[in-house]
Amino acid sequence: MSDHFEIHEHDVLVIGAGGAGLRAAIEASAAGVSVGLVCKSLLGKAHTVMAEGGVAAALGHLDPQDGWQTHFMDTMKGGSFLNHWRMAQLHAQEAPDRVRELEHWGALFDRTPDGRILQRAFGGHTWKRLAHVGDRTGLEMIRTLQDRGVHSGLDVYMECTVTRLLKDGDRIAGALAYWRESGRFVVFRAKAVVIATGGVGKAYRITSNSWEYTGDGLALAYEAGAELIDMEFLQFHPTGMVWPPGVMGLLVTEGVRGEGGILRNSKGERFMWKYLPDARRHEYAETDDEARQWVEATVAGQQSKARRPPELSTRDNVARAIYTEVKEGRGTPHGGAFLDISYLPADRVKRKLPSMYHQFLELADVDITRQAMEVGPTTHYMMGGLRVDPDTAAATVPGLFAAGEAAAGLHGANRLGGNSLSDLLVFGRRAGAGAAAYAKGLATSPTPSEAEIEAETRAVLAPFARETGESPYEVHRALQQCMDQLVGIYRVQADLDRAVEELAKLRARADAVRVEGTRMFNPGWHLARDLQNMVLVSEAIARSASLRKESRGAHSRLDHTGLDAALGQVNHAVTKGPDGMRVTPTPLPAMPAELKQLFDAGAPPKQEVAR
Amino acid sequence: MSDEAGGTREATVRVFRGDASGGQEVEYKVPVEPGMVVLDAIHWIQAHRAPDLAVRWNCKAAKCGSCSAEVNGKPSLMCKSRLDHFAEGEPICVRPMKTFPLIRDLVTDVSWNYEVNKRIAPFKPREGAEWKWQQSDVDRVQEFRKCIECFLCQDVCHVLRAHEMKHKFAGPRFFVRIAALEMHPIDGEDRTGFLKDTAGLGLCNITKCCTEVCPEGIHITDNAIIPLKERVVDRHYDFVRLLWNKLRGKPSDAI
Repeated sequence: MSDHFEIHEHDVLVIGAGGAGLRAAIEASAAGVSVGLVCKSLLGKAHTVMAEGGVAAALGHLDPQDGWQTHFMDTMKGGSFLNHWRMAQLHAQEAPDRVRELEHWGALFDRTPDGRILQRAFGGHTWKRLAHVGDRTGLEMIRTLQDRGVHSGLDVYMECTVTRLLKDGDRIAGALAYWRESGRFVVFRAKAVVIATGGVGKAYRITSNSWEYTGDGLALAYEAGAELIDMEFLQFHPTGMVWPPGVMGLLVTEGVRGEGGILRNSKGERFMWKYLPDARRHEYAETDDEARQWVEATVAGQQSKARRPPELSTRDNVARAIYTEVKEGRGTPHGGAFLDISYLPADRVKRKLPSMYHQFLELADVDITRQAMEVGPTTHYMMGGLRVDPDTAAATVPGLFAAGEAAAGLHGANRLGGNSLSDLLVFGRRAGAGAAAYAKGLATSPTPSEAEIEAETRAVLAPFARETGESPYEVHRALQQCMDQLVGIYRVQADLDRAVEELAKLRARADAVRVEGTRMFNPGWHLARDLQNMVLVSEAIARSASLRKESRGAHSRLDHTGLDAALGQVNHAVTKGPDGMRVTPTPLPAMPAELKQLFDAGAPPKQEVAR
Repeated sequence: MSDEAGGTREATVRVFRGDASGGQEVEYKVPVEPGMVVLDAIHWIQAHRAPDLAVRWNCKAAKCGSCSAEVNGKPSLMCKSRLDHFAEGEPICVRPMKTFPLIRDLVTDVSWNYEVNKRIAPFKPREGAEWKWQQSDVDRVQEFRKCIECFLCQDVCHVLRAHEMKHKFAGPRFFVRIAALEMHPIDGEDRTGFLKDTAGLGLCNITKCCTEVCPEGIHITDNAIIPLKERVVDRHYDFVRLLWNKLRGKPSDAI
């Protein structure tokens, strides 16, 4: 190895320090291997911190009828049955233990009157299932994991960006990164790497994601030969802020609807009634009165025969509803829908939704205890990602593992709210255990190729050497415009074809940007590298979407509005071929009979248990 | 409410540019949009004038505590500082936090905070405790757990800022963290010795500057620091208890 590089050696290297990365690192460390945790930001700032509504787990504290089977079925239905059944099963079975474990590590969830963890209702969940802390559940989780992590003997490398996974033959051998502060390169030698880098929201202009969400892990894995699946399924959260411009896309928690928030158009119509899918209409309230009874029972922490308000439909459905209302001319002054919680007592709103109260008051001059919010769809979450083995979280390259948003399979075509926080605990733990077991099984440490390292450092530094070239910010804007306009919430073939063409041009532009200044904490240079990842992952999204000529979950085609039974049997797998990106349909794993029976038995039991 | 027409007004933003070897404020004219915050202005400057302008940010929603800076002298989150809260024509000066070593432009080295955090004894549930408690038992702790680690309280605290006593003072952020642990309904660890001897709690003379700058509105002084001071006094300076401990032959770690 060249002696001019800083070198660190670990058994397991975890890339990304959100919930999934932290949970993986804690688990691997507990297994007795040496663990390095690399993150682009400071520790504790990852996007998990933004998660608001809660973590889904069938604890059954408020609705004792709940159990893993119902959570499993809700997850599969929410994902239009494109999920990997085994992931959905493990997730539903293990989430309660993961939540209790978090409590044992110091997390303080809101309480029921009898002193247990309180749970709230969320879209697509049959029962009240989300353990939460007001509307700052993610902060509670990340701080708990962070504090646990720093006492677990991990080495944390903050503000460090990985640009390439290194291999020894077909096996993972580590990663090349640079320190954001100094711009100096650092080589990590590792037997196993866990990708926990989250999603790719920054490829879109209107997004709830922060600057970090540039698809790094997906691009790194793709370049290393791993398979990505389900990339056409990108979740548009129905409720982002639409005004003022600086905060457009900023998340408004689904917790607002979970607590009783009502969606109305500019004519004052409660439009969600119209958009409920016929097959699931029976699960929702029929009248304003019934919805109101549900809210009142929820506020009082009581059981009720009343069914849920229509606003608690799944995210894909609510997002399309708001989009359609706006498109058909019934939008609010700033192009969204009204979300109203002001009919509830002000002190309750402030207690249950404190961040929302402050966010709107301080950033939009709206007092949500007195006025309606304006909301609209915002790019939020990537259901697709690395194909992983459900039990070990192993990706398709030896030594590579993935968890959280960067991994695919659990959520299928659409994720239910609250299932991401439980996902990152359940599969973060499994990835940490899987990676540690793999690392222990290797007799010798793989050795990264020096030539590969040298070539990568030259490529990363190239933008400094160019005499001319666009600013990376300019190309980023063009990419966001392309994705917003052509690969958005509703898609058609002509747009997707054009997007693929545009993305080829954008790739050439991204490869030719010029950056100014030095390597010391230079955000323009950082963006230049991240931009290449975003363009690559965008291409995977557009190509996968182009191939799925049906509407399923979060993927909505105006030219193919129905479900296609044959496409319901396949995931689209993206791999790097000799002539560029390849997308191929691969058969969906078959669900075993005992799980199938759950669905054949009909709808889960409804409201029949009294306490 | 800001001018809905927007777009025509310009703000004068003076941003510190430089590193440990020196630097100066550089003036930029930034077009103003409705509802714009200082962080938006910084982003506009990055995209149009100075692509290498160094700044930390993440959530842009006052939830992650990354974009801390001093705006017109006041330690603030840039994502929460609305341009329309400044008088029209008033220049807006944005400088890095003073208490921490400068890396570049608006970015400072806050790693010391992470080192302090590591030294705090973690949550340790009492043996046999029941995992049940009332909401009212945790309301206070949940207030502390709102902390987003922006380190603005550390930046403003004169013990750290003016007297540079990082070697013997943990700072308000970590008093809040310790308070959250100490007041957890079933925590069984005693951190009062650490507070007294290592974290330098006694150096705080409760000027409440930290509370004033906290973007989460945590009552740092009243709810965290003062009760901790009382605990330290109870545990280490209570002569009846000291006598009792002596009579019972218990070792005392005080005096």
